[in-house]
Amino acid sequence: MSNKVIHALYNDDDVLMDAVKQTRLAHHHIEEVYTPFPVHGLDKAMGLAPTRIAICSFLFGLTGLAFATWLMNNIMIQDWPQDIGGKPSFSYIQNMPAFVPIMFEETVFFAAHLMVITFYMRSKLWPFKEAENPDVRTTDDHFLMEVAVNNNESELTSFLQSTGAVEVKVVEKH
Amino acid sequence: MYTFSSKLKNVAIILMVLGLLGIGYGFFSAPKNTEDVEKILAADAHGEHHAAPAAHGEAKHEAAPAHAEEKHAVEAVKDSATVVAHGLDSVATHLEEAHLAEAAKPVAHDTHTKDAHAEAAHGDAHADEHKEHVEHVLHQLQNKPWAALYVGALFVFLIALGVLAFYAIQWASQAGWSPVLFRVMEAITAYLVPGGIILFVLLVLSCLHFNHLFVWMDPEVVAKDHLIQGKSGYLNVPFFLIRAVVFLGGWILYRTYTRKNSIALDETNDLSYYKKNFKASAGFLAFFLVSESMMSWDWIMSVDPHWFSTLFGWYVFASFVVSAITVIALVALYLKSKGYLEFVNNSHIHDLAKYMFGFSVFWTYLWFSQFMLIWYANIPEEVTYFKFRIEHYNLPFFGMVVMNFVFPILILINTDFKRVPWIIWMAGIIILSGHYLDFHNMIFPATVGDQWFIGAAELGSVAFFAGLFIYVVFSALTKAPLLAKGNPLIEESKHFHY
Repeated sequence: MSNKVIHALYNDDDVLMDAVKQTRLAHHHIEEVYTPFPVHGLDKAMGLAPTRIAICSFLFGLTGLAFATWLMNNIMIQDWPQDIGGKPSFSYIQNMPAFVPIMFEETVFFAAHLMVITFYMRSKLWPFKEAENPDVRTTDDHFLMEVAVNNNESELTSFLQSTGAVEVKVVEKH
Repeated sequence: MYTFSSKLKNVAIILMVLGLLGIGYGFFSAPKNTEDVEKILAADAHGEHHAAPAAHGEAKHEAAPAHAEEKHAVEAVKDSATVVAHGLDSVATHLEEAHLAEAAKPVAHDTHTKDAHAEAAHGDAHADEHKEHVEHVLHQLQNKPWAALYVGALFVFLIALGVLAFYAIQWASQAGWSPVLFRVMEAITAYLVPGGIILFVLLVLSCLHFNHLFVWMDPEVVAKDHLIQGKSGYLNVPFFLIRAVVFLGGWILYRTYTRKNSIALDETNDLSYYKKNFKASAGFLAFFLVSESMMSWDWIMSVDPHWFSTLFGWYVFASFVVSAITVIALVALYLKSKGYLEFVNNSHIHDLAKYMFGFSVFWTYLWFSQFMLIWYANIPEEVTYFKFRIEHYNLPFFGMVVMNFVFPILILINTDFKRVPWIIWMAGIIILSGHYLDFHNMIFPATVGDQWFIGAAELGSVAFFAGLFIYVVFSALTKAPLLAKGNPLIEESKHFHY
C-alpha cells in the first residue's frame, strides 16, 4: 500500500478553518495541519484532545515543594541545627517563614522547567532536530492541511479544491 | 428589568432582625461595672481552684499550639487561663497575665494579679493590682459589642468599596468582557451610601467616647503616652473626622457620577458620557489609591496606635478587593440562576473566578510579606502585633490563611472548576468567611484583647449588615435594566468567550 497523502494549501486562516470543518464532516482523516501562527480554535475544529501539560506542571510543582521542604529540613534542622542570629531551629515549623521564599521558588522552578522539558519531549523538539515542515511557505504565509489518501485520490482532490484550497497536490510520504 | 423577589426580601429582613437581636444581646450582656466583671472573674477563679497548675499549662497550650517558645512555657505555668463558655455570646474569659502587646498599651495593666499570687501574697498593693486588672477586663468586655458592630460595618462597607474600585478599573482599562456585569457592580456600590453613613456614625460615636475602640481618642491616655503624643498631629479627632468625610465623600461622589452617566449613556447613546466616565474613573483610581491607604491607617491601623506597618494599606486593599470580586461573582451567579442575566455566560464567571484566585494569592503574598518581615527582624515594637495574635488568636489567625489561601488555590486552580457554579459558591463562601476573620483579627486584638469570641454579637453584626447589603443591592438592581446597552463595548462583552 502506498503512503500517499494530499497537501492542500490555503492562504487564509478563516478558509482553513472552514476547510477543516468540512473535511471532518466528510469523514476524511486529517493527518496534520501546518500553520505559520496559532489559529484560534483550530484544535477544537480538528477534534484534538485537550492538553494535560497543566496537570503535569501541577505535579512538578508539588515535587519542587516537597524537595525544598526536605532540603531545608535536612540542612537547617536535622543535620546541623545551629543558632544563626537567634532563629529557632528546633523544628521545621518554628523556622518555616524563613524557608518559604525558597519553597516558593523551588515550586515555581520545578513546575516551569520540568513542564518545558516535558513539552519538548512530547513535541519531539531538540537542537539539531530535522525540520518537518512539508512546504517552506507554511512558515510564512500559507496554511497546509495534510489528508490521508485511501484509494480515493481523485475524489479527495476535487473535494479539497472545493474547500477553497489555492493548491492541492498528491505527495508520496516516506 | 429585575424584580426584587419577596422571598429574597424576606431573607434580607430576617437577617437584619436577627442581626439586630444579636447586636442588642451583645450590648445587653456586656458588663456594666466592675462588680459584673468580678462575678465573671470569680466564676473563672472558682473553677481554677479545683484545677491543678499543670492543667492550666495544658489549657494554655491548646489555645496556642504553635507557640512553643521557652519563654512562653514559663509564662504558661503562671498563667491561669480557664475558658468558661457563657451561653451563646459567651465571653471566653481568660484570666491571665498581661502580654507584651498589652503592656505596650497606654492603660497601665501590666501588673495583673494572679490567683496563684493571691494565695501567696495578700496585701494592699495586691488589692490595687487586682482593681486595675478588673478595670482592664471591664474595658475589654465593654468594647466587645462595639468591636463586633464595627468589624461587621467595616467589612461589608469595604466590599462595596472594593466593587467600586474594580468597576473603576474596568472603565479605565476599557475591558471588553465586563460591561455586561456593570449593572451588577453599580447595584452593589449602591451600598456605599447607607453603609458609609452607618460607618461614619460609628466613628463619630467613638470620637464622642461612647466606646474605647480607638485608644488615642482618650485624652487621659494621650496625656500619659509619649508615643501617641508624637502622633497627635495626625491622630486627632477633628482631623480624623475630616479625613473620613473626604474619603467617603470622594467615593460616593464618583459612584453617583458614573452611575448617572452610565444610565444616560443607555438612554441617549451619546458617547460623551462614555468619555466622561473613562476620565472620571482614571481620576478616581488615583484618588482611591491615596484615600484607601489613609483609610486603612485611620480606621484599622489606628486601633493599635503604637504599631505601624508600611504595606498595611495594600494588605487591607487585597483583603477587601478579593471579597468584592467574590461578591460580584456570587450576585451574578444568583441572578443568572434566576434567569435574569442571559447574556452572562460561563466565560464571564470563569474570569471572575480567575480574579478570585489571583487576588487570593495576592492577599497571601501581602499577608506573608508583612508577617515574615516582622517575624524575621523580630523588633519588639513591631513584633508584639503578631505575638499577641499568635498567642491569643491562634486558630483565627492561621485558620484564615488556610481559608484565604490554601483552599482557593487548590479549588480554583482548575479551569473546569472555575465554570461550575456550586464550586464558585463554595469557594466564595469560604473566601468571604476567611476575610471576615481577617478583619476580625485586625480589630479585635487591640480593642477586646484576649476576651474575644465569635458569638451572637459578632454573627449578629455580620447578619445585620449582610441583610442590609442584600436589601440595598437588590433594590438598586430593580432601578435600571440589567444590560448597559449604551456601552460601546457591550457587544464584545455579550459575545465574550474564553
